[in-house]
Amino acid sequence: MTSTDHGGDVRLSGISKTYGSFTAVHPLDLTVPQGSFFALLGASGCGKTTTLRMIAGLEEPSSGTVFLGDQEVTNLPPYKRPVNTVFQSYALFPHLDIFENVAFGLRRRGIKSVKKQVEDMLELVQLGEQARKKPHQLSGGQQQRVAVARALINTPRVLLLDEPLGALDLKLRRQMQLELKRIQTEVGITFVHVTHDQEEAMTMADTVAVMNAGRVEQLGSPADLYENPHTTFVANFLGTSNLIEAEVDARSGDEIVLRAGGGKLLLPEARCSAPTRTGGKVLVGVRPEKISLTHADDAGDIPAGRNRITGKIAATSFIGVSTQYVIDSPVCPEFEVYVQNIDRDARLAPGAEVVLHWNPAHTFGLDADQDIEAGVGTVDEEAAV
Amino acid sequence: MAFVNSIGRWLKSHFVVIAGLFTLGYLLLPNVVVTVFSFNKPKGRFNYAWQQFSTDAWRDPCGVADLCGSLSLSLRIAFWATIGATVLGTMIAFALVRYRFRARGAVNSLIFLPMAMPEVVMAASLLTLFLNLGAQLGFWTILIAHVMFCLSFVVVAVKARVMSMDPRLEEAARDLYAGPVQTFVRVTLPIVAPGIAAGALLAFALSFDDFIITNFTAGSTVTFPMFVWGSAQRGTPVQINVIGTAMFLIAVLFVLTGMVIGNRRNRQKSA
Repeated sequence: MTSTDHGGDVRLSGISKTYGSFTAVHPLDLTVPQGSFFALLGASGCGKTTTLRMIAGLEEPSSGTVFLGDQEVTNLPPYKRPVNTVFQSYALFPHLDIFENVAFGLRRRGIKSVKKQVEDMLELVQLGEQARKKPHQLSGGQQQRVAVARALINTPRVLLLDEPLGALDLKLRRQMQLELKRIQTEVGITFVHVTHDQEEAMTMADTVAVMNAGRVEQLGSPADLYENPHTTFVANFLGTSNLIEAEVDARSGDEIVLRAGGGKLLLPEARCSAPTRTGGKVLVGVRPEKISLTHADDAGDIPAGRNRITGKIAATSFIGVSTQYVIDSPVCPEFEVYVQNIDRDARLAPGAEVVLHWNPAHTFGLDADQDIEAGVGTVDEEAAV
Repeated sequence: MAFVNSIGRWLKSHFVVIAGLFTLGYLLLPNVVVTVFSFNKPKGRFNYAWQQFSTDAWRDPCGVADLCGSLSLSLRIAFWATIGATVLGTMIAFALVRYRFRARGAVNSLIFLPMAMPEVVMAASLLTLFLNLGAQLGFWTILIAHVMFCLSFVVVAVKARVMSMDPRLEEAARDLYAGPVQTFVRVTLPIVAPGIAAGALLAFALSFDDFIITNFTAGSTVTFPMFVWGSAQRGTPVQINVIGTAMFLIAVLFVLTGMVIGNRRNRQKSA
């Protein structure tokens, strides 16, 4: 049961799940390397929990195989898989005290002397004092730690976490994110974490798979996903993106020259995930914090070689660390710009004519055949709680 | 005036307690009468008027012919009816909550039929059924009838409990290396147990003092309720009150023990 070299790899190949005519998960290939912290990120109903449950054995895949290391577990019942789950509502046994909850897995495997192990595990999650209490006597954060301890004590090859922090308030959630990350580094077990909270996925995971409508949209490190999204869903779901429709004009070296609303924009070819025929359409994206804002009167001071767009400030909001501007521009009616409050230009008030400019290296290009609004607003209502 | 006012205020602030005591008195009065008259020494055969204090009946509870025989029969029937109804009812409850099968809706409502049907009607039909089958009326026919009418009560009690149980708990158990049997014994059963216990207690009480259905299906067999009814025609022995009081005391004792155990457990937990 202990983790060996590649014993903690999770390999899903062609795995899918259909309920009648509804496809929860489309055939999916995914490899989670041993010892990594992997996040499945997506809005509710995207198939991430189903995928997790198929790894746990709680859901039978309609097709495909599940491997743990070299062992195929596709047809093994959950109690025969060296995998443990931290459930969304914790699912602590209400009739057992904390000690017995944590000892449950060991006892079921016929291990007699559990006392020392359970006490050590409760110490690890800082609940040594609460061993004889019943679950309902603990706070949400404590229950969550019991759920983690109850799963971890079995030293599974893979620990599955199903929205484990969803029921906690924001402050506690931040604390538990760091705590879980610490535990994962300490025990070195592969963690597969399901969440709808993009911030949570980005802070905790080494690798994030963004899921949408039963498919993995994109897989990569948090920074990679954020800086170089390949679909509008990823661009909008992870943070905020400004997307502009543009037409391919020409190529110059590694860069593509695009035309948008009369102006020209440069896009590094390597950062474009769409086919680029001359005359074809491309969605140009840029993150709001990459953009500088200059009053139209000072437009002459902007260095050459930067992408530029003109517009008029529609609204501003002061956030403290930054100021967020909404710019009405001919190419995009609601262009978002976040500016650090270093030296604030008093002229940048609603109604002012401005020039937006950014380093072309921060531009990314997406296929224009997608829904430009995909993934917008699906995160924030829950993440902002 | 001030005096009246203060009484009014006192009444107002203690209204709930006073109402509660009245209700309790109303509920307990019959039991008190039964208990008091178990210490009576009646002049004739009827124990309806208080004569003088005596513990004769308590010292010789089986002193009346056939009383203890009928009591033991009633207890045996109640015991087996409880077992039968609880096992079957628990399984039905699980089936109704956990599985989707054809006619599930129909079963769900038909299970309440014995509760809704007038007992006399049911008793008469059962008698017809047994006679047509050529069954020998007695212990077994009574038992079959009792299991039948206790069943719906057990199903209702257990179903409520199973429905309120988080299905994730069983998933968690399976995830933690418990096979199907272990999951049921270690997680499902303990969590549903209060519902099963409530159903069983209800079944026992219903079976023990059932008169109507028993009377129809008993043939020449006499259960305790039938004995009490029969003797009431000719005279009521004090021993009936003794048995009644004893049953009441045993029930109270059970409840108190349960409460004490529960309290001690709670105190240990919070300590």
